[in-house]
Amino acid sequence: MASKIKAAVYDPLIDNNPITLQVLGVCSALAVTTNMMAALIMSIALTTVTAFAGAIISSIRNHIPSSIRIIVQMTIIASLVIIVDQLLKAYAYEASKQLSVFVGLIITNCIVLGRAEAYAMKNPPGMSFLDGIGNGLGYSLILMAVAFFRELLGTGKLFGHVIIPVANEGGWYIPNGLMLLPPSAFFVIGLLIWLIRSIKKEQVEPADYQIHQVHRTEVL
Amino acid sequence: MTENTKKPGFVGKILNLPNDDPKKTIIVAALLCLVCSILVSISAVVFKPLQIANKEADIKKNILAVTGLLSDDVDVNTLFEQFEVKIVDVETGLYSDVDSASYDQYKAAGDPDQSVKLSSEQDIAGIGRRAKLAKVYLLKEGDKTTQVVLPIHGYGLWSTLYGFISFEGDFNTIGGLQFYAHAETPGLGGEVDNPKWRKLWQGKKAFNDQGELKIEVVRGFVDFKVAGAEHQVDGLSGATLTSTGVSNLVKYWLGDHGFGPYLKNMSAPMNEAEK
Repeated sequence: MASKIKAAVYDPLIDNNPITLQVLGVCSALAVTTNMMAALIMSIALTTVTAFAGAIISSIRNHIPSSIRIIVQMTIIASLVIIVDQLLKAYAYEASKQLSVFVGLIITNCIVLGRAEAYAMKNPPGMSFLDGIGNGLGYSLILMAVAFFRELLGTGKLFGHVIIPVANEGGWYIPNGLMLLPPSAFFVIGLLIWLIRSIKKEQVEPADYQIHQVHRTEVL
Repeated sequence: MTENTKKPGFVGKILNLPNDDPKKTIIVAALLCLVCSILVSISAVVFKPLQIANKEADIKKNILAVTGLLSDDVDVNTLFEQFEVKIVDVETGLYSDVDSASYDQYKAAGDPDQSVKLSSEQDIAGIGRRAKLAKVYLLKEGDKTTQVVLPIHGYGLWSTLYGFISFEGDFNTIGGLQFYAHAETPGLGGEVDNPKWRKLWQGKKAFNDQGELKIEVVRGFVDFKVAGAEHQVDGLSGATLTSTGVSNLVKYWLGDHGFGPYLKNMSAPMNEAEK
């Protein structure tokens, strides 16, 4: 049992990471990673929603009619997201202003629905909760890593504190504006996937096609 | 299903129905909607007072920041009490006696009775409609107005920017500019929040000696050797469209269809007594 719990929480961190292995939830990873504070709040919000959605869906899984199961899952997830959004607006106003629409967009995050459908529908509530925590942490890990590079190289700051003094404020570093634009998140995530798959070779997918040696026949 | 098979009574009967039974489908859907809507409503109602307080505090904080009064040691509400809040009829530039506490300019802008539609030539700020009345915040020393804060908004690149501009007692020298809500690209257009850039607005003159509106955001850096530099602010590098947007919205709100008449009234010498 203990090993199962461990697996549910630790597996999604690297070995079965929702972003780098399953390539889910990339959309929000592009949007909220321009600074680490926004990424952190987003990570906490998503982890909370995934965990509780898993637990709730799992506890009623035996009574969800299969014909409406996706709608049932979405309703639960959407309600949780609204509650989290309201909570943020009440207790973390500055952060919620920064995240604006992206908290609401957790509803459409493939990771939440993916875990509900793939795990919570088949496993007991406790384990589903842990699975949600694990996957949320996996997502958070990548988000924080991407935000680290984007904020540092794009503005010379981390969590809003100056790390490298930038040129137009009297320092020496000329910030890379590209790092603040969405495409740079693709580059960073791509590099991360490359890095992880170079170390963990088992994550490399088998090729969809094979390169054959072509034997030229003299038709011309 | 196994643990529920022996449950008696009405609830047990429903639970014992096979999952693909249409009756159960409807009951589950209805119950789920009911529970979820109750939870969502509760969270909306419970947190509402806090959220409204946050919003108001945020606006007050921004008004204090634009006048340079914001300090970490003193409570925002206490500091804010120094301000006199008044309602201005934008078209005539005169004060109106509408109650300022309950008036919401941005709500009014959506109401056809309380706002005017702007033609495309007038609407350089891209706001569509403008409320007839606007809230202004005055800071006085005795009878003399030392600072006035005007609400402004307009379209940048991705979003509408909402903010405040403040003037010194001459209603011409800009004291500060600050946006409290926008969704421009962080690091590029989002640099409108950069304190260094905001500081560039301080001391700029909105109007020239002939009373013409001259303030603008230029591309690149302001050339101080050229006449008129006191009306110009550096553009944000990498954010030409946001800079243009800010330039346009400031021009709009200080122009004839914005607070122009009000500013002229206030700075005119004959109204000295009213000031």
